[in-house]
Amino acid sequence: MAASAAVRRDRLVGYTMVAPVVLGSLAFVVLPLVMVVWYSLHEWNVLANTFTFVGAENYQRMVADPGLADALRATVWFSIGLVVVNIALALLLAVLLNQRLPGTTTFRTFFFSPVVVSLVAWTIVWSFLLQADGGINGFLSVLGVEGPNWLRRPEAAMAAVIIVQVFKNVGLNMILFLAALQGVPEELQEAARLDGAGAWRRFRSVTLPLISPTVLLVSIITIVGSLEVFAQIDVLTGGGPGSSTTVLVYYLYQQAFRFNEFGYASAIAVLLFVIVLVLTLLQWQSRKRWVFHEL
Amino acid sequence: MSAHPTRARRTAAAVGALGTALALTSCAGGSSAPAGEPETPDQPVELRMTVWTADEAQLGLFQDIADAYVAENPELVSGVSFETIPFEDYTTALTTQLAGGNAPDLAWVFESNAPEFVASGALVDLRPVLEGTDGYAADDLVPSALSLWEDGDGLYAYPFSTSPFAVFVNTDQISAAGQPDPADLVADGEWTFDAARDIAAATAEDSGKQGLVVRDFDYQSWENLATVWSGWQAQPWSADGTECTFTDPAMVDALTWFHDAVFTDGALPGPGTTADFFAGDAAMTITQISRASSLDDSFAWDVVPLPAGPAGQQDVVGQAGIGVFAAGDHPDVAADFLAYFTDPENAAQLAAYFPPPRASLLNGEDLAAANPRLSAEQLESVVVDAVEDAVTKPAHASFAKLSETVRAELDALWVEDADVEAVLADTCAAITPLLED
Repeated sequence: MAASAAVRRDRLVGYTMVAPVVLGSLAFVVLPLVMVVWYSLHEWNVLANTFTFVGAENYQRMVADPGLADALRATVWFSIGLVVVNIALALLLAVLLNQRLPGTTTFRTFFFSPVVVSLVAWTIVWSFLLQADGGINGFLSVLGVEGPNWLRRPEAAMAAVIIVQVFKNVGLNMILFLAALQGVPEELQEAARLDGAGAWRRFRSVTLPLISPTVLLVSIITIVGSLEVFAQIDVLTGGGPGSSTTVLVYYLYQQAFRFNEFGYASAIAVLLFVIVLVLTLLQWQSRKRWVFHEL
Repeated sequence: MSAHPTRARRTAAAVGALGTALALTSCAGGSSAPAGEPETPDQPVELRMTVWTADEAQLGLFQDIADAYVAENPELVSGVSFETIPFEDYTTALTTQLAGGNAPDLAWVFESNAPEFVASGALVDLRPVLEGTDGYAADDLVPSALSLWEDGDGLYAYPFSTSPFAVFVNTDQISAAGQPDPADLVADGEWTFDAARDIAAATAEDSGKQGLVVRDFDYQSWENLATVWSGWQAQPWSADGTECTFTDPAMVDALTWFHDAVFTDGALPGPGTTADFFAGDAAMTITQISRASSLDDSFAWDVVPLPAGPAGQQDVVGQAGIGVFAAGDHPDVAADFLAYFTDPENAAQLAAYFPPPRASLLNGEDLAAANPRLSAEQLESVVVDAVEDAVTKPAHASFAKLSETVRAELDALWVEDADVEAVLADTCAAITPLLED
């Protein structure tokens, strides 16, 4: 029997409501994704206005491209540094803020405020602070330490980019951890205490398992975010010194918009997509081993 | 459902964003109709020219010339707009517009991109239009100024600005430090890079500011060092662009001199230190003469030619061309406008900011009339003498890749304990495959 007029009207309303987001996703997510794969099979020079099908040539080229290998290496270093420092610091801050101490609100605001600051503005301010004669080295010299020329030495530049990014986003992770910590039942802590567990033991065996879903969420967000880093690199180092901070997205940008190699850049975009997908699937699959319960 | 996989897809989408703009308007093919006498379009057209200046006086002058053209040719054009794209991202933004099928009708083009743009077929041949326009006096154009923009018999852009590099001097700071006046050294034939370094180092020491700034170099845009190494007759690659010459003795000597001037003598600001001569932060700066418009009267200043190096004094010009895009909607109308924009009368007006490639206008008096900040003598010595025998900054058909590769290699040079020869050997090793391509 055909649906009644009322049901049909309900369906129409439903479809109308989801239509904008479905159409938007199709136009701005799915279509570009498909197009990038299509472009990656072509050699496309916008200046010469040539668009030639080359099959898998761009993918073969990736294998032999030393620049891409350098970019992948830089990306791995950046991601490891960012994830380790960011999550450790966010967790530490959250644990500290979870104590009922005076001034926690101020402290929380202090660490959260960079999250709402414009990324580029934040980075530009840091670029001044990190200059050879900038604020950071001025502060260090007061302590009698001679700071490096942060953005001009390879190791220091990578560390600087990581730290700028950590302070930008650590507040968000801190809040997520704090919310999770506040959801840990006090009676479990108390029971552990009565059983004679010390502070570290309680943290490791009670708190950490209970907040493990949040640890998973935060680590996925942070890893994915670390693979997307672009503006900080562009403003702070331009990929240098040498190619020490040329991460994958920045390399992609150079290929496309500096060298006009849109086909090759699209192939790199596909590679990045696969990397993100694989990492996320791995984390998602491994959750059963270490995440206490689903969110 | 949990948010996590959605996040992954969203990320993938962000990656795919490279294609977003491209997807909608990709591969808009350009007809490379030769520029000729424009056919009258059905309706008057709008022309758009991309530029990298944001100077209101300059844009005002462009608009005045354009409005006069519109008034004379109402059947061809209804308006001409000038779109400013910031200098740093200019070429990137321009090629992105091309990729999006949104080519401007006319565009300024950097000299370093000239071979790439000329060879690509993206620009139309302007010679028939310029030579065929009454009163244009195409034979007045200085041949040496055009060579960068030619391919065979074709001329693919008009070098509207042939602006020599010179040294601007803050004479207040230099005399306060008790240093000799560079203009006197020029007169005595003693204006050398060594003299400039010594004056810069002593003045910086005295003022607590910076000495000599190679403007726009910033330890990134290394091609601006051509203003220095040309004094050693050094070049980054051979004239035919196939062989790396960074390891030639002249280049090694020039960059050793530069490195020591920065790290031993403190004559130039080191990496990561910014100093704006025009804000009074430095004693001297090497930049184009067209920057004179940035000077106010907050300090006493002078302008002198580039110093001599061991191989003698070599003038360097920075050029910029205006090209007409084949992929634009109305290349023939755009070319006709360009012929008007740069005819003898308008070129004389533009000379206020951009030294023109016209022999008849290249004299101290005419330039001084258009350029009140500089005296006829200054212009004679710095501009007129320079244009005829000057070299341009490095250019190459693969300049974008070369520029980035050399920048990455030279980063190793900008530290105190650098091994200049080793860094330059690495540089040649890195760019040789690109040059041979």
